[in-house]
Amino acid sequence: MGDPILSVQGVSKSFGALAANRDISLDLRAGEIHALIGPNGAGKSTLIQQIAGGLRPDSGRIRFLGQDVTHLGPARRAKLGLARSFQVSALAMEDTVLQNALLGALGARGGAYRFFGAALKDAGLRQAAEEALSRVGLLDKAALQTATLSHGERRQLEVAIALTLRPKAFVMDEPMAGLGTAGSQQLTAFLDGLRAEAPILLVEHDMDAVFALADRISVLVYGQIIATGPCDDIRANPDVRRAYLGEEA
Amino acid sequence: MTRETVVNAALTLGLLIVPMWALMADEPFIITLATRVAILALAGVGLNIALGLGGLVSLGHAAFFGLGGYAMGILASHAQSYTPLITWPVGIEGTTSMPLIWLVAVLAAGLGALVIGALSLRTSGVYFIMITLAFGQMLYYFAISWPAYGGEDGLSIYLRNGFPGLNTLVPIQFLALCYGLLAIALILSARLAASPFGLALNAARQSAARVQAVGLSPYRLRLVAFVISGMITGLAGALFADLNRFVSPTMFSWQTSGEIMVFVILGGVGRLFGPVAGAAVFIILEHVLGGISDYWHIYLGALLLLIVLFARGGLIGLLAGKAAHHG
Repeated sequence: MGDPILSVQGVSKSFGALAANRDISLDLRAGEIHALIGPNGAGKSTLIQQIAGGLRPDSGRIRFLGQDVTHLGPARRAKLGLARSFQVSALAMEDTVLQNALLGALGARGGAYRFFGAALKDAGLRQAAEEALSRVGLLDKAALQTATLSHGERRQLEVAIALTLRPKAFVMDEPMAGLGTAGSQQLTAFLDGLRAEAPILLVEHDMDAVFALADRISVLVYGQIIATGPCDDIRANPDVRRAYLGEEA
Repeated sequence: MTRETVVNAALTLGLLIVPMWALMADEPFIITLATRVAILALAGVGLNIALGLGGLVSLGHAAFFGLGGYAMGILASHAQSYTPLITWPVGIEGTTSMPLIWLVAVLAAGLGALVIGALSLRTSGVYFIMITLAFGQMLYYFAISWPAYGGEDGLSIYLRNGFPGLNTLVPIQFLALCYGLLAIALILSARLAASPFGLALNAARQSAARVQAVGLSPYRLRLVAFVISGMITGLAGALFADLNRFVSPTMFSWQTSGEIMVFVILGGVGRLFGPVAGAAVFIILEHVLGGISDYWHIYLGALLLLIVLFARGGLIGLLAGKAAHHG
């Protein structure tokens, strides 16, 4: 199996007296989708923030591709190949869909310090951007202003930008949120194929998607991971049923 | 051709026709007014890169305007009095050559922007406004208290600096120079906005998290934009000093920063010709209303209020509609 691509080792984070994450360890291995589930307020977003670099853990370490990235900022981690999609879409809303995808391609190229020549006419950037848009089915909307996209289409654009980075791992924070049934199924099928390119750490509330996709599931409750394992083990786990799945059913 | 292109072309035409008419009607004062418009518009083009493209509300661009002005004043005053600028470690003389002065002005303003930007861009929002304001005021008080170059009284330069092949004392020739530089700045600014750098800077204004997530540093993008912005405003400062043949600490004052910002907001934040429209209207109002009342600023204030409340795209937005999305 080899070393995990991404590994979180004993990470804790408190905000004042509130312990959002307590001694969390999990890893993401090549070729897998590892789903992180848990009720609202369990600390999923805090953990994702620490993995992506927006927050620094109080203790513990985060390793990515064998390198300690605990103290690197989000831009550095993205450069190393960690692509994330946001729970609340973070997009350049005034720009076109294509421009947002171009931004990803620009980041993948590793530098934005070219002051001449139109970005839209850069064949290399454009090809990468359009390819990613076509993979998520947004190519026909490329010329639209991003603010005019539906909620679901914005999620697709988030994924497209992540694709342009040709990352070594994806961290996706509720990519299905706000998608209709058809949209969810479509994205589920897409992510299913994507794991072959790079493993995905998937935070998701849509349980159908989680059980359809995940190779392993970690359950986060009150800032602690109470179980990690394959879908069947998680489904059968009494603690998980009591803490989480039971509440949903 | 978009409506904005038409509006921009009309503005350009207006800027060309007015001085030609003034030349024929023998109205040198109108030519001087047009020169003022071009120079102030140039200062606004500089600010517009930080403010419009980068979303950086700098209330300290007078710092760069003043640095450009003092670069001119200091170099020209030494040349005028035949005293060396420095004698150690190497002897450097003053100069009255515009290209050389412009180079020094741009470098000085760029260096100033690098230092001020590096410190102030660590903050955002109202703190950024306050810190840039504070840096501007710091330079203002420094200029007042530095006796070597006139202190509070400023510095007079008796002869306008020279440009090879031109007689810069002829108003129309100096105007042509200023127009030329404004045109270059506008072309560079348009290309910058469309470039990969412009795309990333523009995205950083809208969502810093997105830019970080693709591996780019919003801080560094903004700092580079701030330096480019400061350089252009610095060049305008050198020209402004040459127009008046006078430099004073007022160039550094926060009122100057405010005026440059008024040009941009009046004309349209982030619109290529916004500062041109803004500076032109400002100068026309100053000229027309200033003749009626000493308190003409109150009308300017009312206009500004109307623009901010009802026409967020400024005058260009009013005439040309919402910004086009090149896609």
